[in-house]
Amino acid sequence: MAIELNGKTYETDEEGYLTDINEWNEDVAKILAQNENIDMTEQHWEVIEFLREYYNEFQIAPAVRVLTKAIGKKLGPEKGNSQYLYELFPYGPGKQACKIAGLPKPTGCI
Amino acid sequence: MAAAEFTTPEMKEFAEVPRLQPGAMAQSKPFLASDKMNEALGFPGTLVPDWHEKAIGRLGELLKKYRSLKVYLDACVHCGACTDKCHYFLGSGDPKNMPVARQDLLRGVYRRHFTLAGKLMPKLVGAQELTRELLDDWFNYFHQCSECRRCSVFCPYGIDTAEITMAGRDILDTVGYGQKYSNEIIGKVHKVGNNLGLPGPALLDTLQGLEEDVKEDTGVDVRYPLDEKGAEVLLITPSADFFAEPHVESLIGYGKVFHAAGISWTLSSKASEAANFGMFIGSYEQMRQVALRIREAALELGAKRIVVGECGHAWRVAYSFWNTLTGIGAGGEDPFALQLQNQLDPAHKQPTHICELTWDLIRRGALKFDKAANDHRVITFHDSCNVARASRMGDAPGGQFDIPRAIIRAVANNYFEMPAGTTHEATFCCGGGGGLLTDELIEIRVKGALPRMDALNQVVERHGVNFMATICAICKAQFTKVLPYYKFNRGMVGGVHQLVSTAIRLGEA
Repeated sequence: MAIELNGKTYETDEEGYLTDINEWNEDVAKILAQNENIDMTEQHWEVIEFLREYYNEFQIAPAVRVLTKAIGKKLGPEKGNSQYLYELFPYGPGKQACKIAGLPKPTGCI
Repeated sequence: MAAAEFTTPEMKEFAEVPRLQPGAMAQSKPFLASDKMNEALGFPGTLVPDWHEKAIGRLGELLKKYRSLKVYLDACVHCGACTDKCHYFLGSGDPKNMPVARQDLLRGVYRRHFTLAGKLMPKLVGAQELTRELLDDWFNYFHQCSECRRCSVFCPYGIDTAEITMAGRDILDTVGYGQKYSNEIIGKVHKVGNNLGLPGPALLDTLQGLEEDVKEDTGVDVRYPLDEKGAEVLLITPSADFFAEPHVESLIGYGKVFHAAGISWTLSSKASEAANFGMFIGSYEQMRQVALRIREAALELGAKRIVVGECGHAWRVAYSFWNTLTGIGAGGEDPFALQLQNQLDPAHKQPTHICELTWDLIRRGALKFDKAANDHRVITFHDSCNVARASRMGDAPGGQFDIPRAIIRAVANNYFEMPAGTTHEATFCCGGGGGLLTDELIEIRVKGALPRMDALNQVVERHGVNFMATICAICKAQFTKVLPYYKFNRGMVGGVHQLVSTAIRLGEA
């Protein structure tokens, strides 16, 4: 599968994850979000940005707890929980947010 | 990618055998492994041109290697006792998900090529040729079996359906027809050390975060050590415990138990995974390679005890196979296995399940609890299939059932059993075991969860149960995903050591 945007082709795998994380940009993220039926708001972008920063440092998406803690610190403790993340990304913050952020899919018993 | 549309089955008070719906799940199949994923495990990258010959050849090898497989393929008399015992059949109505029918996909080919009657008069004895269509059926339906072995409990001949599924998957891998979910994950274990692909620095960062959190919650410095040489216990736990919710709550609990008991322990970045998907794909060689990481880590770190965290199939591999695979416990005979046996403390069971360790401490009065801390929870326990039907805990028969329940009763006041026939050795699979915990199989996962959801619903309605404890990472992830399909809160599922964590007293800060 692939996404066509502004004359450029972005390869994705059969589940819609971007094949090359380096090709990611905000425009392609919007398309990825559309495919997931998500309207991107500022709150969504904050999560995406954190995911990408963390990935750059550790070559893996952050643990759900690491993510909720970081969001809690930034946006206040009432948002530092997975319920808030599920509201933003109903299919599960781990997988859906990673997909929009252009990160590889986390695998395993999760 | 939008999830495929399907209807969640309706829950009923009395489980009914569903109306047959031939072909209902014929389209359900996992993604194919890429050529790179297959080749990394030594399998052909894509389906080989001479797949027919190779598949029959591989079946012949397996029959020679595993006498049990031949017995299981010969012994079935089609009595029908297994037909309504499979959660995937009960949830989908697809007759090919009757365990006997699923087995017959392989049994027919066995009869055609390996029995005299099947060679001479195939039609009379249900023998069938392995066509491309049948090979595709293998791929689809052997990935609608979670290798949970519930049907085997009811089989008068004790036929182990899981072993037939494993043989089917082994042959598929041998001809280059592998499943993405399992093969990608096994590759990550070899490369990075765990199913998630969580590298050492991320692991360390996550564990340090947990130490901060627990300090904040309790005021106590509970440690979550990584790669510490000389620690008494090496804890092997599923990597989901580091990454996912509710899994991490149990990891927090293990650390508190070690802290309260004064036992030094460590995790390993090399062996940062309890899961062993080599078993799921039926590959002895992969299972062995994955298990050997644990031996290497134990030797490097000098651990005296090996303890396994809350992971169902890992406990089967650890309890039943680690001894001959790696020398953890008696059995291995190569020099490294002997070295490990000398290193490990014979006063303890090797390996020990975390529930055995915690229960032993509770029995000796070494842990104190504030049971009221769990009073907001009304708890039931879901037996995970590989713990229930393929292993044991403690010294008495049924310890794998009694010990987790005894821990729950020691740390909480409100506990209720789900109906008989859905627990203990007759437990229903969560619906996501055996390498099926992947998004593209969500329909069969949701349908396969029906019998468990029926049973859960009964204790929810009668007793107000709001927490289903379990000791398996797959069960936790599967229920978190499928509970909402049945209008339950996803937060209802959690670990036994999550309950321990809530109630344990850590002493003075």
